[in-house]
Amino acid sequence: MENILEQIGIDNYIYLSTLLFCVGAFGVLYRRNAIVMFMSIEIMLNAVNLLLVAFSTYHQDAAGQVFVFFSMAVAAAEVAVGLAILVAVYRNIKNIDIDNLKKLKG
Amino acid sequence: MDTNLALLLLLAPLAGFLLNIFIGKKLSGNVSGILGSVAVAVSFAVTLKFFLQVNGGGEPINVNLFKWMTLANFDVNFAFQLDQLSLLWLMFVTGIGTLIHIYSISYMHGDENIHKYFGYLNLFVFFMITLVMGSNLLIMFIGWEGVGLCSYLLIGFWYKNHDFNDAAKKAFIMNRIGDLGFLIGIFIIGYLFHSVDYIDIKNAITSGNLDIDMTWLGIATLCLFIGACGKSAQIPLYTWLPDAMAGPTPVSALIHAATMVTAGIFMITRLNFLFDLTPDVQNIIAIVGAFTSLIAASIGLAQNDIKKVLAYSTVSQLGLMFLALGLGAYHVAVFHVITHAFFKACLFLGSGSVIHAMHGEQDMRYMGGLRKVMGVTFITFLISTLAISGLPPFSGFFSKDEILMTAFHHNKVLWVVGSIASIMTAFYMFRLLYLTFYKDFRGTEEQKKHLHESPSLITFPLIVLAILALVGGAISLPGHSWLNEYLSPILTNHIEHHELGTTAYMLMGIAIIGALIGIGIAYFKYIKQGFVPGKDEEITGFSKVLYNKFYVDEIYTAIIVKPIYALGAFFKNVTEVAFSGFIFGLGRLANALSTQGKVIQNGSIGFYLLVFVLGICSIIAYIFLK
Repeated sequence: MENILEQIGIDNYIYLSTLLFCVGAFGVLYRRNAIVMFMSIEIMLNAVNLLLVAFSTYHQDAAGQVFVFFSMAVAAAEVAVGLAILVAVYRNIKNIDIDNLKKLKG
Repeated sequence: MDTNLALLLLLAPLAGFLLNIFIGKKLSGNVSGILGSVAVAVSFAVTLKFFLQVNGGGEPINVNLFKWMTLANFDVNFAFQLDQLSLLWLMFVTGIGTLIHIYSISYMHGDENIHKYFGYLNLFVFFMITLVMGSNLLIMFIGWEGVGLCSYLLIGFWYKNHDFNDAAKKAFIMNRIGDLGFLIGIFIIGYLFHSVDYIDIKNAITSGNLDIDMTWLGIATLCLFIGACGKSAQIPLYTWLPDAMAGPTPVSALIHAATMVTAGIFMITRLNFLFDLTPDVQNIIAIVGAFTSLIAASIGLAQNDIKKVLAYSTVSQLGLMFLALGLGAYHVAVFHVITHAFFKACLFLGSGSVIHAMHGEQDMRYMGGLRKVMGVTFITFLISTLAISGLPPFSGFFSKDEILMTAFHHNKVLWVVGSIASIMTAFYMFRLLYLTFYKDFRGTEEQKKHLHESPSLITFPLIVLAILALVGGAISLPGHSWLNEYLSPILTNHIEHHELGTTAYMLMGIAIIGALIGIGIAYFKYIKQGFVPGKDEEITGFSKVLYNKFYVDEIYTAIIVKPIYALGAFFKNVTEVAFSGFIFGLGRLANALSTQGKVIQNGSIGFYLLVFVLGICSIIAYIFLK
């Protein structure tokens, strides 16, 4: 494990996860398709997970990796709920463009 | 035993009220009338039993039901007291009440709300009994307010007529003004004596070591007198009583002639020991009474409505009673209350009989000649008219003569005022009699065909009351007075005894001559000359002022009602506009702000997310770059 970090360096992990996070954030802001937005959110989440794992190794502390397991499990549940909502929306309006969800405003 | 009987006396009319109000609609009119009459007759029977017991030397009956409330430093008991004075009052309240209930069965026959009528009448009797029986001022106040309520309900009994409703409201509001005075008086007395119980106050005064502020006591008795002014229709609060004639005639007879309007006199007599301590207030009472008597009598000279004449006559007679009260002659005032109750109830019921025959016509200009068809009504009316005019041996002569004699011994001016009022009384009562019963009938042919003597349920009470009006004076004959002895335990001051000397006979002579002059003028004008008052617009000169009641209502409207309306308009147009402008301004400001805020919540998820990200970015920027 130490070898990998020695070979690549912690700073590169930080750059990568920052890049992934920004890709995700822009994806959320730019795209209008709800599923793509979902994917972007997952990218942001995984960027954070990656950073957590990297620092966990760097500090020789397993707690960070355990925390990532929890976060992935919660993310899986959240995706299940989110996708179920999207299916329900699709059944109603036959598309999943978020601009159409303006109708939900009272 | 006595407790139960006293409760029966009190609660029988209440039971009558409840039955008539809740199941009366299912009963026929006669049944509900009989129910009401029996309820009051039961009270009368019990009263008679107690009256004979106390008159025969028995102790007054005190009934203490429970402790009602505990105020700062004194207790108020829910207690009743049947002593000489309250039993005397109950005798004629329930006695005349019974007669008038019987009369009403026939008079109100066929009215769609007859059960309500008898319900209200029973409720009135209940409250009147409460007023009279109570052993302290607060219980009297319950009755005082209750009779005011019943008066309101019964004046406005024919509620479909808007004028009648206005008359009812006027009576209620005028009474409220007086009631406020009464209430303030009670408060001051409670403060001064630490009790509102008659016996406690009397003991505090007679014990000798009385340590209270006489100024405050004077204010208290003045406030009580204002209360009496409202209830007993004295200047300046008398204008409601003539308007109260809007109610059914038996109501006028019971409430607005015989019983309720004497409540003020009852109250002052009940508290005679207080009023005796404040001679200044007594002077005010005497002067107000004398001038009320004169002014009401002069207005009565020019009225054409048969009930209005009787109403002003009532105000005038009440004024005489207040004159007697102010002079400290409580027993004389009580005497006149009783004889007045007899002959005035008879006069009102007689006028009701006439109105019944005339199918609701009350204007004397369209009557006349009724003597021939309504024999019994005429005879009873004549007896009562002679009684109120003050001719011997009718009851009114004795009581009125005693008042005038007392006035003569105290204050000659008041005697002159009272005597003039008496002459006027004789004149307008005979004017009423002549216009109604003599000469030829002046109504329509249609009415003439229907003229009839009233049925026996109406004539029976008339006959009883006429007999009482004839012989009622016997309870207090000059020289030997049963009434004065009977009342002596109630009155703390020694009763003045006027010797039957030359002065007394001279005064009697003057009174009789005065009455005969009044009658003579009326005879000359309405029989010899056959004068009939003209149409409203033909009345001119001073009689127009009298006909319009000295424009008192108009003056009250100008100096009280109009300014209050103006004040109300000021509050509505200026104050309310200013305040509501401010409050509504705040509301509009909040509304405008929220309208702006509403724009942000536009429902676009993309926009929300953008704001969300920008927010996070700015928080991070703030934390790391500050």
